[in-house]
Amino acid sequence: MKTNFQSPQQFFRQRRLRLGIVLAILLVIYGVSMVLVNFQTLASLMQVPAGLIWLFKNFIPTERSISYLGPILYQLWRTLIVAVSSTICASLLGLILAILGAKTTSPLPGLRLVIRFGASLLRNIPVVAWAMILLFSFKQSDFTGFLALFFMTLGYLTRAFTETIEDLDGEKLQALQAVGANYFQCVFCGVLPEVASTLTSWVLYMIENNLRDATLVGILTGTGVGFLFNHYFKSFRYDAAGLIVLLIAVLVICLELTSTQIRRAIA
Amino acid sequence: MIENSQSDSKVVQPTPNSKRITLLTKPRLILRGVLIALALVTVYSLVTLDAGNLKFSDAFQSLGANLQAMFLHPGVGQDTWSLLLRALTTSVALAMLTTLLGAFFAFFIAVFSARNLVPSWLATSIKAVMAFIRSIPTILWVLIYSVVMGLGANAAVVGLTFHSIAYLVKAYSESIEETSADTIEALKASGVGFWPIIFQAILPSIIPALLSWTFIRFEINFANAVAVGAAAGADDIGYYLFMASGFYFNFHEVGLIVYLLLGVAIVLEVVSMKLRGHYLQKN
Repeated sequence: MKTNFQSPQQFFRQRRLRLGIVLAILLVIYGVSMVLVNFQTLASLMQVPAGLIWLFKNFIPTERSISYLGPILYQLWRTLIVAVSSTICASLLGLILAILGAKTTSPLPGLRLVIRFGASLLRNIPVVAWAMILLFSFKQSDFTGFLALFFMTLGYLTRAFTETIEDLDGEKLQALQAVGANYFQCVFCGVLPEVASTLTSWVLYMIENNLRDATLVGILTGTGVGFLFNHYFKSFRYDAAGLIVLLIAVLVICLELTSTQIRRAIA
Repeated sequence: MIENSQSDSKVVQPTPNSKRITLLTKPRLILRGVLIALALVTVYSLVTLDAGNLKFSDAFQSLGANLQAMFLHPGVGQDTWSLLLRALTTSVALAMLTTLLGAFFAFFIAVFSARNLVPSWLATSIKAVMAFIRSIPTILWVLIYSVVMGLGANAAVVGLTFHSIAYLVKAYSESIEETSADTIEALKASGVGFWPIIFQAILPSIIPALLSWTFIRFEINFANAVAVGAAAGADDIGYYLFMASGFYFNFHEVGLIVYLLLGVAIVLEVVSMKLRGHYLQKN
């Protein structure tokens, strides 16, 4: 029997070699990208501290910016609401699609492929493209942002839900079928109670995510708090823009903490 | 007649203070509460959604017509293929650059924010700063930096990197914290220094996790790079998407760009699946 034990020296030499090759490849990728993007690493990195100092000088909300608080809070509330409602609507439709498309519960095998493909399509069109496409038809209304977030969330949640349902123990379903439960009884009494808490934590995660994306969609489509930020920012009212950034950060952190608490409580 | 000799047999009484068994455990109740609250918010928001005197039938009809123009008849519009492909390459390069830079800085920051390596106060304060940076959307960072550095690639890279670092520090430090405390203690006891512990013991064991997180961030960064082009004027595919849809109203070009983006996204997904499969087999 041949044993190919390496001496420690050999092992370490081989590991260093492999590490070196990986690092070299990464450096080449970095260099090529730097040229393609036309990015000056050192010059830019030197500017970062100056940028931060500028940020703290100009973006600190002053007494003057308190007068903007009313419209900002209103738009922030609207943005939050659009983020929540688009996520919930998408999750309802996503749940139906996931039940139809998951391997364990799918009534038709052909349907599975269609749903998989559709979800992947929805997910991979960037939210920017959604916003721009919808802006044509739905103009500058909350509805544009709602639909853009809705389609993207639908893609993500359908995939996540499908995988969660497929992870479920198939024997439980078999047992239910064996005692004579029909399809709907299987789904509503066997599958849904089992996956409810996992699905809810996915929904909470998507709400956090959508709140962040809602700002971007707002900048592009002229709605919500993103539009307000863009407006103040482009008219050089940096203190008001800074107030918006601060409030968004506070809201996102609060949401994160709440959803962590909820996730822990329902697990 | 046969009499039961023990007529005063004890009837087993249910003990009054025993807990009732119910399906409604506390987690279930909380779950229901959360779902009801979310449903209420949704109903409220759908009712008050500012539709801005929109005619839905017309809007959906025009959406259908636009989608048809986009996806069935894509075309280059007034830009050329080479221009669009170059812009697409720029977007991919932007994503790679920011991911590599972000991963590099994030790793070293993550080392100092892992609870099992440094004192708790240091870890907590670094994590708090990172949570703050993470909570501000990427696009706002890019816009803020574009004032300091001028519009263009440098601001885009720095803004995107900022958010990548904050995201990756969280992921990396959680991976590092999963390393068992015994391993670290044993190495410390035998006199191994701080950096050798990290590079010889911790890093090899968490490489699959790091790789998969970094790749997830790469996908996010690609989407962000497109967004940055559209909203902050970096010269990439997002800029052309924004111009084609917002200024020239050329649906055919929008369709083509969406197809290009879809192509890249699908390639990324396949690569990430392969990469993960490869690493899972190896370890």
